[in-house]
Amino acid sequence: MATETLLSVDRLVKRFGGLTATDNVTLDVRRGEIHAIIGPNGAGKTTLVAQLAGELAPNGGTIAFAGRDVTPLRVDARARLGIARSYQITSVFRGFTALDNVALAVQAQDGHSFRFWRPARGEAALREPARAILERVGLAARVDAKVSALAHGEQRQLEIAMALATRPRLLLLDEPMAGMGKEESERLTRLLAKLKGEETMLLVEHDMDVVFALADRISVLVYGRVIATGTPAEIRADAAVRAAYLGDGDA
Amino acid sequence: MNADRRTWFVIVLLALLAALPLVAVATGQDYQIGQFRRILIFAIAAVSLDLILGYGGMVCFGHAAFFGIGAYVVAILNWHAGREVPLVGDWMGTNNVLVTWPAAILVSGGIAALIALISLRTTGIYFIMITLAFAQMIYFFFVSLRAYGGDDGLRFDGDTVAFGLIDTQDDMAFYYLVFAVLCAVLYGGRRLVNSRFGMVVQGCRENERRMKALGFPTTRYKLAAFAIAGATAGLAGALFAAHESYISPSIMHWTRSGDLIVMVVLGGMGTLVGPVVGALAFLFLEKTLPDYTEHWMVVFGPILLLLVLFARRGIFGWFGPKDDGGGNGH
Repeated sequence: MATETLLSVDRLVKRFGGLTATDNVTLDVRRGEIHAIIGPNGAGKTTLVAQLAGELAPNGGTIAFAGRDVTPLRVDARARLGIARSYQITSVFRGFTALDNVALAVQAQDGHSFRFWRPARGEAALREPARAILERVGLAARVDAKVSALAHGEQRQLEIAMALATRPRLLLLDEPMAGMGKEESERLTRLLAKLKGEETMLLVEHDMDVVFALADRISVLVYGRVIATGTPAEIRADAAVRAAYLGDGDA
Repeated sequence: MNADRRTWFVIVLLALLAALPLVAVATGQDYQIGQFRRILIFAIAAVSLDLILGYGGMVCFGHAAFFGIGAYVVAILNWHAGREVPLVGDWMGTNNVLVTWPAAILVSGGIAALIALISLRTTGIYFIMITLAFAQMIYFFFVSLRAYGGDDGLRFDGDTVAFGLIDTQDDMAFYYLVFAVLCAVLYGGRRLVNSRFGMVVQGCRENERRMKALGFPTTRYKLAAFAIAGATAGLAGALFAAHESYISPSIMHWTRSGDLIVMVVLGGMGTLVGPVVGALAFLFLEKTLPDYTEHWMVVFGPILLLLVLFARRGIFGWFGPKDDGGGNGH
C-alpha cells in the first residue's frame, strides 16, 4: 500500500502581481511517507503549503486529496477532510493550558460545537484523548502548564500534538524546527521519526540534516518550480539540484 | 488559590446587592431602590457585552442598539395595549411580560444575528466601525419613527405584572426580579463560556486562523455568540422599559454603547462578574461626581485612564491571579 497516492498536486500556479510564486508545481504524497520540500529562501515553500492547506487560492491547477478534488474547498473544510497543518510561527492558544489546546483540537473533530451548557473541561471524551496525544509527543509532564510558560521547543511539540489531535490523514509541517536550538531540534526529529510510518507528512524544512534523516522522498523547489523529486540519495546525486541549491561542495 | 478569592468576591458582591434594598429601607432611603435597580439593569447589559468583547474578542461598538431594541419592543407592545390601538390586524399588543420579554429577546437577538452576518466579514477597527454604523442606523430609525414618539420618546402605561405575581410598580419586588435575572445571566454566562461553544469562541479570540486550520467553521460560532449577546442585551432593555415606563432613542445613542464598553473594561474583560462591578463603579461615579463639580468629566476621564493603565484586567482583576493574560478564569 506504500504506493497509494494520498495528495496529488497538478500544475499548481500562484501569481502575486508579476511574481510567479508557484510555477506549475506537480507533486504527490503517498500514504505513510514523509515527503520533504526543500529549497532556498523565497522558493515559494510557504506559499505552496498555504495553498495545500486552503488558506490561499491558486490561480491555476488542481489539488486532489484522497481521490477528491479539494481545490475549491476552504481551510476549515479541508481540515475536516483530514489535512492538518502546523505553523512556522507558533500559533497555539496562549491563554490556555497545553491540555486545553489539545482538547480543543480533539473537539474540532467531534461533531459540531453548539453545546452551550456542559463544562468542556470536564468532558472525558475530550480530555482523555488529549492527554494520550500529549503523552505521545512527550509532553505528559506539561499537561496543565499554561502555554505562555512552555519553552519554545515545547510549544512546537504542542503544535504537532494539536495537528495530531484532529486525527489527520495528512500532516503539513511548515518548518517545525525553525528557531530551535540543537537539542530541541534533535528531540523533535526523534518525535517525527517515531511518527514516521504512522502518519503521512509533508515536511517543509530548512535544516538539511533533519530532512535527509527523515524524508522518504524530497522535492526541490527553486523559484516556485519543482526541479527534482526523488529519494534522498537521488537528490544528493542530482546535478541540477547541486548546481541550483545544495552548492557544489557538500550536501 | 486565587480562584477562591474570586469566588468569595462574587459571593460577597451578590450578597451586598441582595441586601441593598433592605439597607435602603432601614435607613429611610427607599427612593434609592429604583436607582440601584437601574444599575443592575445596565450590569446585565454589560455582562452580555462581555460575552463577545471579553470572551470573543469582538469589539462591538453598537451594543446599546440591542438594548434599545429590546426596550422598544416592550414599550410598543405596552403602548398599544394601553391605548387599545391595534398593532397588527386587530391585535392590541399586550403588557404580559410572558409575551413582551421573549419578544424583546427574539427581536434583538435576530437583529444582532443579521448585523453579525455582515459585520463578521470584517475584523479589527473595521468591525468596530461597522457595528457603530449599524447602531447609528437603528438609532436614527427610532428618531424618525414619528408613530412612536420619534425623538421625544414614548411614554406608556407601565402597569406591567410579571408572571402574574410580581408588580413591576413595586420598587422592592421589581428590584429582586432584576437581581434574579442578573444572577441567572451570570450563571448562564459562566456555563456558556466554559462549554464547548465557549471554548470555540475563546479560541477565535486567541487565534482565529488556527481555529480554522483545526477545522472549526469559526464564523457561525462567532455569529451565534453575537446573537446570544444581543438577545441578552435585549432582555436588559426589556427590564429597562418596565423600569422607566418611558423610552427614547437616546438610550441607544452611540455614547451609550461606549459607556457599556467602559463598564466592561473597567470591571475586567472576560470575567462576567467584572462588568457588574464596572457598571456599579461607572454609574456611581456618573451619579455622584456631578454633585461636586459641574466639570465632573474632567475628573472622571483621568480616573478611567488610571484604572485602565494600572488595572489592566479591570477592578475584578485585582482579585485574580496576576500572571496570565487569558480570560479563562473558572
